[in-house]
Amino acid sequence: MTAALRFDPIRLPEKCEQLRKEVRAFLAEEIAAGTFDPHKPNREDTDVPEFSRKVGAKGWLGMTWPKKYGGQERSFLERYVVTEEMRVANAPTRRFFVADRQSGPVLIKYAPEHIKMDILPRICRGEICFAIGMSEPNSGSDLFAAKTRATKTDGGYLINGTKIWTSSAHIADYMIAIFRTSPPTKENRRHGLTQFLVKMKQPGIQVNPIGQITGQYEFNEVVFTDFFVPDDHVLGEVDGAWKQATSELAYERSGPERFLETYYVLTELVRAVGPNPDTRSAEGIGRLVAQLHTMRRMSVSVAGMLQAGKEPVVEASIVKDIGTVWEQQLPHRVRDLAAFVEETATNRETLERQLDFAIKTAPKLTIQGGTTEVLRGIIARGLGLR
Amino acid sequence: MAESDNIVVETAEKIFADLADPQTINNDKKGSWQAPLWQALSEAGLPLSWVPDDLGGSGASLADGFALLNAAGRFAVAVPLAETMLAGWLLAQARISSPEGEMTVLPASPRDRITRDADGALSGRARGVPFAKAATHFAVLAHGNDGISIALVDASKGRIESGLNVGYDHSDTVTLDKVQPVTIKPAPGGFDQTTLMLMGGVARSLQIAGALESMLDISVRYSNERVAFEKKISKFQAVQHNLARLAGESAAALAAATSAADAIANAKGFDDEVYLEAASAKIRCAEAAEKGGAIAHQVHGAIGFTIEHILHRYSLRALAWRDDFGSESHWAVELGKLVANRGADELWPLVASR
Repeated sequence: MTAALRFDPIRLPEKCEQLRKEVRAFLAEEIAAGTFDPHKPNREDTDVPEFSRKVGAKGWLGMTWPKKYGGQERSFLERYVVTEEMRVANAPTRRFFVADRQSGPVLIKYAPEHIKMDILPRICRGEICFAIGMSEPNSGSDLFAAKTRATKTDGGYLINGTKIWTSSAHIADYMIAIFRTSPPTKENRRHGLTQFLVKMKQPGIQVNPIGQITGQYEFNEVVFTDFFVPDDHVLGEVDGAWKQATSELAYERSGPERFLETYYVLTELVRAVGPNPDTRSAEGIGRLVAQLHTMRRMSVSVAGMLQAGKEPVVEASIVKDIGTVWEQQLPHRVRDLAAFVEETATNRETLERQLDFAIKTAPKLTIQGGTTEVLRGIIARGLGLR
Repeated sequence: MAESDNIVVETAEKIFADLADPQTINNDKKGSWQAPLWQALSEAGLPLSWVPDDLGGSGASLADGFALLNAAGRFAVAVPLAETMLAGWLLAQARISSPEGEMTVLPASPRDRITRDADGALSGRARGVPFAKAATHFAVLAHGNDGISIALVDASKGRIESGLNVGYDHSDTVTLDKVQPVTIKPAPGGFDQTTLMLMGGVARSLQIAGALESMLDISVRYSNERVAFEKKISKFQAVQHNLARLAGESAAALAAATSAADAIANAKGFDDEVYLEAASAKIRCAEAAEKGGAIAHQVHGAIGFTIEHILHRYSLRALAWRDDFGSESHWAVELGKLVANRGADELWPLVASR
């Protein structure tokens, strides 16, 4: 057989259901208190520091991390439940999401102890925000092409160059970035990249916002000019970041956030068609729900693999490929199905507002976190074709 | 290939490998492979996996039986194994013993009805009944004035109009005209035609997922052999991306089908959550059969379109299995109605129920 692509039917344990109730109750309170509106995915400010601190106080950040760093030593499946409930409720998670999902685990693996003790508890309290510096102008998905240099100097490195498409850099306290410390070798194109912890909001870093077609500001260009990073901020092996970066990706690619970004339009469609849909609407909704359910079962299965200490790179790539193509098509499909919904239906207005935003969001979904083309290359490699 | 860590699947895979080699079957136009295969399966007790010992079966768990169906799908075997298993399972619901030999279930479509008279005689028409022509007995679900019954019927009592499905397997129309069953008993409380259709749909989903696994396997192998434009076609990025999509469809089908099987094997009854699992599996597997089958044929080029090549054994059966026990369109409408009826705010809790 070519590849053992198994997605075992992992079930969430009972304690996850208890946790889910707690998260739902918390989110309902926050909605009632006006912290955010779940029906407005396009709200102007998705960075809500006080919400972030409340989530931290609940113990829902760094959930799987060691207690000595402020974590809870809970399972990936429990974290999974918190993530999906936040996503489905359209909660303002921007400030903490990247740190919780990716940056914290990288620090736990590669940072010196004193840095872990300093930074990780602050992530867990929801106090700080992280950005990821990977793409550069003209590199994008081709990480090998990264040129921003880290030049060795006394006690550290001097950084010169530009990162781009960096989400949240304008509010981030730290960035975990990949810089070039050596040229690639002929034998190994992956050689020469090193991962660094960068403290933002300092001289030598300039953050320039880039507008998006949704009307939001999320992206930035980040320009480094003789910016100093001390030696103890090197994460892992000098010149060996490639492998580190790719093992991160299973976390980034298989989570519920990879098929739920436009989910809200489906809920609103169900509301708009009402309890007795015509055949066409019913069939459309049924198919979308079956597809959603299937992806979620695959995604939970990958969370179970991560919990078991595996590195399901191919499986995670499959979930992201199918998931992001689905969430990209979803607003268009909902638009089709909504075409004959009665104009007088009470939620038509909300649905239309949501569709407007979701349709503008859709193009990015198959680009962020690894393009569809790159993912299919990884899957093809897993099948033994490359 | 999925590792077979249970004895039922191991036994079946050995029999399939010995007696159901796809290339041998494909070359044998007379079907002389069928009798030895059925005999070996029967001797191993596999067709009556889901029938308890005291009712004449081998009493395997639901989970083992589902795994067996998935293995059968990987070999795309064209004998009434799934049908006899389902029939035995249906009869066992009413504590009716299973006879030996091939069986199938009536009805096989959610829209057909068999009715029971006051005197117990059965009447009605069932279309698209798989392997009715090969069956010696039917397991029948019938509606009467006082509820639902399950009956064992001698197949020779029914009128059978032969038909073939897209995969060239028998898919027949069976008419019962005041037929007295061998045995008839009331169905247990809560058991209805929808239960039977969901169970049949999950059986078909596991077979489709198995067929897709094999289609992926043989397509990858072929792409590594076939040379075009002076390169193996597996080295073309467009082909790689197509095969990556086929892997995705195969994985989605397997995930949906095994999740539904697991849900049924561990559930107390067919509640909304199990309904979501079973209906979703049939919908998603049928979609995967369409998309995945198209890619497998594309990779194979003209050779895969020939009757000599084994690809059609998998692709056409997977497409045909979409129609049994409710098509994906049927289940999509029903699932959509269920979701709409529960209301918008209950959709996510349903999806996230386990």
